[in-house]
Amino acid sequence: MRIACPFCGERENGEFTYLGDASPKRPNFAVDGGESPERVEDAFYDYVYLRDNVAGVMREYWYHGGGCRSWLVAERNTVTHEFISVTAAPGAGAASAVRAGE
Amino acid sequence: MSGYSRSEPLARTAPMEANVRKGVTPASQSHRLPGDGIIDRRLPLQFSFDGKTMTGFAGDTLASALVANGVKLVGRSFKYHRPRGIVTAGSEEPSALVEMRTGARREPNTRATTQELYDGLIANSQNRWPSLRRDFMSINQLFAPIFVAGFYYKTFMWPAKFWESIYEPMIRRAAGLGKSAELPDPDHYDKAWAHCDVLVVGAGPAGLSAALAAGRAGSRVILVEEDTLIGGRLLSDGGEIDGLDAREWLRGAARELVSLPNVRIMTRTALFGVYDGGTYAALERVSDNVAMPDRHQVRQRIWRIVAKRSVVTAGAIERPIVFPGNDRPGVMMASAVRTYVNRFAALPGKRVALFTNNDDGWRTVETIERAGAHIVAVIDPRHEVPAQYQRLVDTYDLRVLAGVVSEVKGGVDGVRSIVVANDKNGLTQRIDTDCLAVSGGWNPNVGLSCFHRGKPTWREDIAAFVPGSAPKGMATAGAANGELSLSACLREGHGAGARAAAECGAAGKPGEASKADDEVYAIAPLWHVKGKGKAFVDFQHDVTASDVTLAQREGFESVEHLKRYTTLGMATDQGKTSNINGLAIMAEATGRTIPETGTTIYRPPYAPVAIGAFAGHHRDENFHATRLTPSHHWAAKQGAVFVDTGLWKRAQWYPRAGEKDWLETVTREVLAVRNGVGFCDVSTLGKVDVRGADAGVFLDRVYINSFSNLAVGKARYGLMLREDGIVYDDGTTSRLAEDHYFLTTTTAKAGPVMQHLEFCRQVLFPELDVQLTSATDQWAQFSIAGPNTRNLLRALADPSEDLTNEGFPFMGAREVKLRGGVTARLFRISFSGEMAFEISVPARYGAAMAENLMIAGKPYGVTPYGTEALGVMRIEKGHVAGPELNGTTTADDLGLGKMMSKKKDFIGRVMAGREALTAPNRQVVVGIKPIDKARRLRSGAHVIPKGAIPGPQTDQGYVTSVCFSPMLDQWIGLGLVERGRERTGEIIRIHDPLRNEDYEAEICSPVFYDPEGVRQRG
Ligand SMILES: [Zn+2]
Repeated sequence: MRIACPFCGERENGEFTYLGDASPKRPNFAVDGGESPERVEDAFYDYVYLRDNVAGVMREYWYHGGGCRSWLVAERNTVTHEFISVTAAPGAGAASAVRAGE
Repeated sequence: MSGYSRSEPLARTAPMEANVRKGVTPASQSHRLPGDGIIDRRLPLQFSFDGKTMTGFAGDTLASALVANGVKLVGRSFKYHRPRGIVTAGSEEPSALVEMRTGARREPNTRATTQELYDGLIANSQNRWPSLRRDFMSINQLFAPIFVAGFYYKTFMWPAKFWESIYEPMIRRAAGLGKSAELPDPDHYDKAWAHCDVLVVGAGPAGLSAALAAGRAGSRVILVEEDTLIGGRLLSDGGEIDGLDAREWLRGAARELVSLPNVRIMTRTALFGVYDGGTYAALERVSDNVAMPDRHQVRQRIWRIVAKRSVVTAGAIERPIVFPGNDRPGVMMASAVRTYVNRFAALPGKRVALFTNNDDGWRTVETIERAGAHIVAVIDPRHEVPAQYQRLVDTYDLRVLAGVVSEVKGGVDGVRSIVVANDKNGLTQRIDTDCLAVSGGWNPNVGLSCFHRGKPTWREDIAAFVPGSAPKGMATAGAANGELSLSACLREGHGAGARAAAECGAAGKPGEASKADDEVYAIAPLWHVKGKGKAFVDFQHDVTASDVTLAQREGFESVEHLKRYTTLGMATDQGKTSNINGLAIMAEATGRTIPETGTTIYRPPYAPVAIGAFAGHHRDENFHATRLTPSHHWAAKQGAVFVDTGLWKRAQWYPRAGEKDWLETVTREVLAVRNGVGFCDVSTLGKVDVRGADAGVFLDRVYINSFSNLAVGKARYGLMLREDGIVYDDGTTSRLAEDHYFLTTTTAKAGPVMQHLEFCRQVLFPELDVQLTSATDQWAQFSIAGPNTRNLLRALADPSEDLTNEGFPFMGAREVKLRGGVTARLFRISFSGEMAFEISVPARYGAAMAENLMIAGKPYGVTPYGTEALGVMRIEKGHVAGPELNGTTTADDLGLGKMMSKKKDFIGRVMAGREALTAPNRQVVVGIKPIDKARRLRSGAHVIPKGAIPGPQTDQGYVTSVCFSPMLDQWIGLGLVERGRERTGEIIRIHDPLRNEDYEAEICSPVFYDPEGVRQRG
């Protein structure tokens, strides 16, 4: 497999580490107020453990540890192993921080 | 570097000119022809086969040299030890497998048909004892009933222990596979990458046309060819192209390709795998054509080729016909007979019979007759002479028999006569012959196009499978695509090459396709001639037609079952000559069509690849990278014993003369630290610079405790969880400036923690202004510990630095100037429980720092100590490490639950609160002391209640870390024990069935030494 890192170009997959499904979003745990403890626990349970096992196109996290150390979000077809797109995670690269709400 | 050479492909075609240079042919080459051939008669080569010295010429393969020397018997078969000869002239060879070379370079199952001859070559036949001609194991033929399909499963089922001790050794000896070397491989192997627009696989007429078209158009082209020469069947069958003799055309094509700077020709390079995203793997046999690679030369090289497009022009393989006795030496594929005669000037037989069911086989007639030998009969089951060959019948007064070969007679030296049966009138006829040329038709090489689970489709007109689909970016052309005529190969190859180049954006003109006359190829399928005696489908695994029908009768009808039950196609040749015949016979037995019967799944490697080639340079000390600490060479000079910690080598202890064992050494080192001063290289800890306005907030989210409130100039111990609430890693982090923290990790987790922190920064919290830099290799870090630490440091540090308890209190962290001007980072942290500092200097000063620590500490008896003494002191202090941070423990299990902040969110916070992770009966860290002070505690031993019967129900935990404590003068340990903290003082039973030990111990506080922590604050 070849993965086109937006920073390094197309590189061999041995340079990358796979993490998995990129769709779950880490729940926001508000210390003061916010969600009830049960709701928060359910939300984290979903986030940590529940994954769809997609036969087809899926968004995935890949880490270019053998290159620029960027976290990438790739759309990949799990049946054909074809990469449809590869984009940088919001905080990847040396650019200035993304301010909340941007 | 043969793969890089531009001039070499021409050099390799040079022997083609050699046919004009006639030399003297030694007498031993009784079957060497005087005429043409692509061998260099000026370069005679001596070789040995089974101890007998023979000669051949440069350009020969081992097989062609054996043919030239009149050798027919080259081996014994795998199961039945039947005499076997040479069947093909290519990489599909199922039969002529020999043991090449001797000693450490001995390699079994080498195909004589692809082994280039070199001076001094030594080869031996396989599977024979005591000699090839007299093989005692051929008695296996008499036991054939036990060796039928599925015999492994049927005969040797019970009892299991008999399998190892009796059956397997017996079968291994009887059913040989050749013997591999028993010494380490002395050769080097290499791995390399290549990139191109168009990869062309196979340099026959189709491949050359494709490479020419794509090369002319301007694409970057790589043309791989497994043979030593380019040309494919042109080298054997000749023909006329563009009005030129094929060899003349070939010379022109080679010249043009070499003149194109964008074309690279790689001969001796076999493509064996097709992978995702246009990645291909090929094996280059760099120096298999010499006795021994040159110094610094590799034996073989694996190429990973990345290509935008590929054109597979891998040709076709002629298939045998399954008839009784078809494995007798001297029964050879018709195309191979032509190759030996036309390319190698070696005559497989003087009185050749030809058995063919298709027009192509008929080419053999002219080859043999022109070589001065004789075609004794042509046997064609079609009952009709092909129109285009009618003239041969008259020219050579041919005896043409309508029918089939039903029997082959002969001895170990091969075929002497055959019996031809007329399938219409049942009459038989015996014909004397010394070579039977067989053609059952051609199977396009569909393997590469089917590697991505592609299914080939059946083409009735050629009675063969052709590619049904191909992996993305791949096209097939020529014989590999089922187009078997020369004209079609040239046309299709050119078209595919031009298309591939255009798809890659090449703007140039591909030129005209070369032309040849159209030929007719007609075939009447013939798979199996029934009769008395074994008729072989798979020569290498000794699978017969009756094995296939037996499998069918026993219900193994699916091709995948057939394969596993009979082992058809599972030998090193992967059934290149046998699979289609096997499934055709199965189709016949089940009354299904061949496409209904289907093919097994095609998987790489297409051809055998040595494990050494896959390993490349990654073996022995280069198996993985080795990381050395900055003081490594200094430590080695001190006589340190090193231990592997991940990729690192760390000093484990520093033995001194007269010390009787490691324990004495380690005990001395511990006492030296506790009573004086010692130092230890701790540079292997992961180090991360964390900078930015939000650095503190970031650390608050990744650690369970707070860091935003850490004062500048202070260090703090931190604990990280995984998001599921389990402890991930620990270490101290210091605040060097308002927006600058220096974070450390454990040695083992340095890489993974960096990756995790980057995930948190880039994915989870991109809104934070923070940057991370791995600094593990930038800093040499030493732990200096013991009551004299401050005295030692005063000798090192600039006198202006205040190192008093007030000026540099416990958990202080700041830069200090050293005498001589180097700036160091100094941290007052302690793993040993002693008054201690850790000092960081740029890594290049690491060795000098070790030297200077020795000089500055000399008055105090400074002692370098290793990881073992470090471990002893951390156990005495109850500090947790790897064995306790084992991926199942929570912060509370480790006694660190109080560190978990309630005022903030952090990774793992919510999931750490789950019921099971906060259950009162969890196993938690405790100290363990054997009651008998002389008893050695061992890690891994189980903890069970006193008086309980050992078993899963009574198991309450285990001992995680142990050491001999010089301070307590006994073995002590840490353990994870159910409700352990409530049970201080309880006597428990230590049960160790692995070492057969059972004794009592006391649960105690994990802090064995200086529980108030007075010493480290002093
Ligand atoms: Zn990258």
